Amino acid sequence: MSLVSDVFAAAKAESRAALVGYLPAGFPTVSGSQDYLRSMVEAGCDLIEVGLPYSDPVMDGPTIQAAAEQALSAGFRVRDVFDVVSSVAEAGGRAVVMTYWNPVLKYGVDAFARDLAAAGGLGLITPDLVPDEADDWMAASEAHGLDRVFLVAPSSTEDRIDMTARASSGFLYATAVMGVTGARDVVSSQAPELVARVRAHSSIPVGVGLGVKSGAQAAEIAGFADGVIVGSAFVSAANEGDAAVRALAADLAKGVRSAAAIV
Amino acid sequence: MGQFTPTPHDPDARGHFGPWGGRFVPEALIAAVDELAAEYDKARIDPEFVGEFKRLLKDFAGRPSLLTEAPKFAEHAGTRVFLKREDLNHTGSHKINNVLGQALLTKRMGKKRVIAETGAGQHGVATATACALLGLDCVVYMGEVDTERQGLNVARMRLLGAEVIPVKSGSRTLKDAINEALRDWVTNVDETHYLLGTAAGPHPFPLLVRDFHRIIGIEAREQILEKAGRLPDAVVACVGGGSNAIGIFHGFIDDQDVRLVGIEPGGAGVETGSHGATLTAGSPGSLHGAMSYVMQDEDGQITEAHSISAGLDYPGVGPEHSHLKDIGRAEYFPVTDAEAMDAFALLSRTEGIIPAIESSHALAGALKLGPSLGPDGLLVVNLSGRGDKDMDTAVKYFGLGDGGQA
Repeated sequence: MSLVSDVFAAAKAESRAALVGYLPAGFPTVSGSQDYLRSMVEAGCDLIEVGLPYSDPVMDGPTIQAAAEQALSAGFRVRDVFDVVSSVAEAGGRAVVMTYWNPVLKYGVDAFARDLAAAGGLGLITPDLVPDEADDWMAASEAHGLDRVFLVAPSSTEDRIDMTARASSGFLYATAVMGVTGARDVVSSQAPELVARVRAHSSIPVGVGLGVKSGAQAAEIAGFADGVIVGSAFVSAANEGDAAVRALAADLAKGVRSAAAIV
Repeated sequence: MGQFTPTPHDPDARGHFGPWGGRFVPEALIAAVDELAAEYDKARIDPEFVGEFKRLLKDFAGRPSLLTEAPKFAEHAGTRVFLKREDLNHTGSHKINNVLGQALLTKRMGKKRVIAETGAGQHGVATATACALLGLDCVVYMGEVDTERQGLNVARMRLLGAEVIPVKSGSRTLKDAINEALRDWVTNVDETHYLLGTAAGPHPFPLLVRDFHRIIGIEAREQILEKAGRLPDAVVACVGGGSNAIGIFHGFIDDQDVRLVGIEPGGAGVETGSHGATLTAGSPGSLHGAMSYVMQDEDGQITEAHSISAGLDYPGVGPEHSHLKDIGRAEYFPVTDAEAMDAFALLSRTEGIIPAIESSHALAGALKLGPSLGPDGLLVVNLSGRGDKDMDTAVKYFGLGDGGQA
């Protein structure tokens, strides 16, 4: 069992889903992101996804694109992500990093894994790295005891879901819709089906992300998934300030505990 | 050898040319690239598909394109020069070869909507043309900067029925247009084909785009043997993403004595950092779905390319070029904006052919390469497109509107 698995097991023991909150490191500044992430931990995020701002974020919608651009123009450097991860760990939170693959390639896959582990990070979510191309990352994650969170999508075949679940550890990231990140008003009807398809192949915990922004949506997803992943909504809240970030986390934390009432 | 015959230079089943290529895309797109690869594998050996493609190349695009000797231009190169006239194709560049092929594949897959990126607008115009011909809906993403410097092509695309969406994110040029097209594709993949315009991106794009352009090299090889009685000493082509170059190179790739020379956009000079010479000055990385040379900073953030030519203004390059560079089969060097514009003016004046600024890079490369070959040497230059679209840039660069003279 990894520490990430523990997060999901602990939530399950409480008959609820885990709340996974995302914010880019360096947004709006490095210290600003550290402050917001501490608030997210304190207000009820069970797991933190620290985003790594990248110049060409093809899986992201306008909200996270703008946040990444702001972080980069404020001078964010890749090595800063480790300080942000450390501060999450020091606040009692658990952190994984979500990153496009090129910055990791450039840093060196093994060196990145080593420095992430040293900072107290637990693993990587890799939106543009599929297991087929991940030989170096498989080796580095084994060597440094990190979890590998790959993604599945509604378009994934049964074979690919099976293969991706086997390659993953900690949890599996199910993208609720075909699309990019960004808050949406309704939970995708494709999400429950995708989670059920994963369950047919694997007992790995499944987190559902893309489009979640409210406690009510979190409750709906908590009815069928092990984790609820929220990104763009936290970025929008951070644009309003710390009180909004804490209020959103609290609303979502309540939501992941309300599944039984909804279902 | 036929245009679609597998070669010893094909990538492996997962799209790798040596360590290059592959699929660095979101899982959500894997089903679509798998479907495309499977469809292409069937189509390339289907006489009906190959026959229809060849018919369109002949009756619609106007192939075969000419091979024209350029003796007065050649006086400045110090060696004999032939031009492969892709500028004479319908829509004015080599791009039509690939879009006709992919549009036919789109129909085979039962998809009704096509999206594309464009830099200079040549690929966008070609895509809009093929979609009009074959009855497909067409959306073209174009960086806002490029819509401003290529306004005429925006109008052409709209006239052809395409929706042109200016992209305002990032550097607002070609790479951001590709990002936006990928975002559209992942959202609408069921009914949409992404008609990628260069031999880059995730497998199978580098393979199938190359194959659709192999006709350039196949024709050029036959034509030069007929006209000059021998193979050239070198084949020269410009390289942005690298589709026209890979298409003509493949006609000669097994002729070990023929040098394959790719000319990159040197912008203000590679030493200034303001350029798009990915193979000359880039380093390995993943961009837009494939491992290849890319222009990036020490953090792996993709940097902006700079070139007077919108069509070469790209910080990546097709993975097969990275492979050909590594194994030493092809060589790549940059020419500057100024050298390209000199060649643009020179060909116009000496031969009565106005080349695209992209292709003018290849011409400038020929002027540099020629003297080392001497009067008995023989060059084939891929004139990948015509320069009508570049008149705004030329007017400004040479001051032609104020009575200036190129």
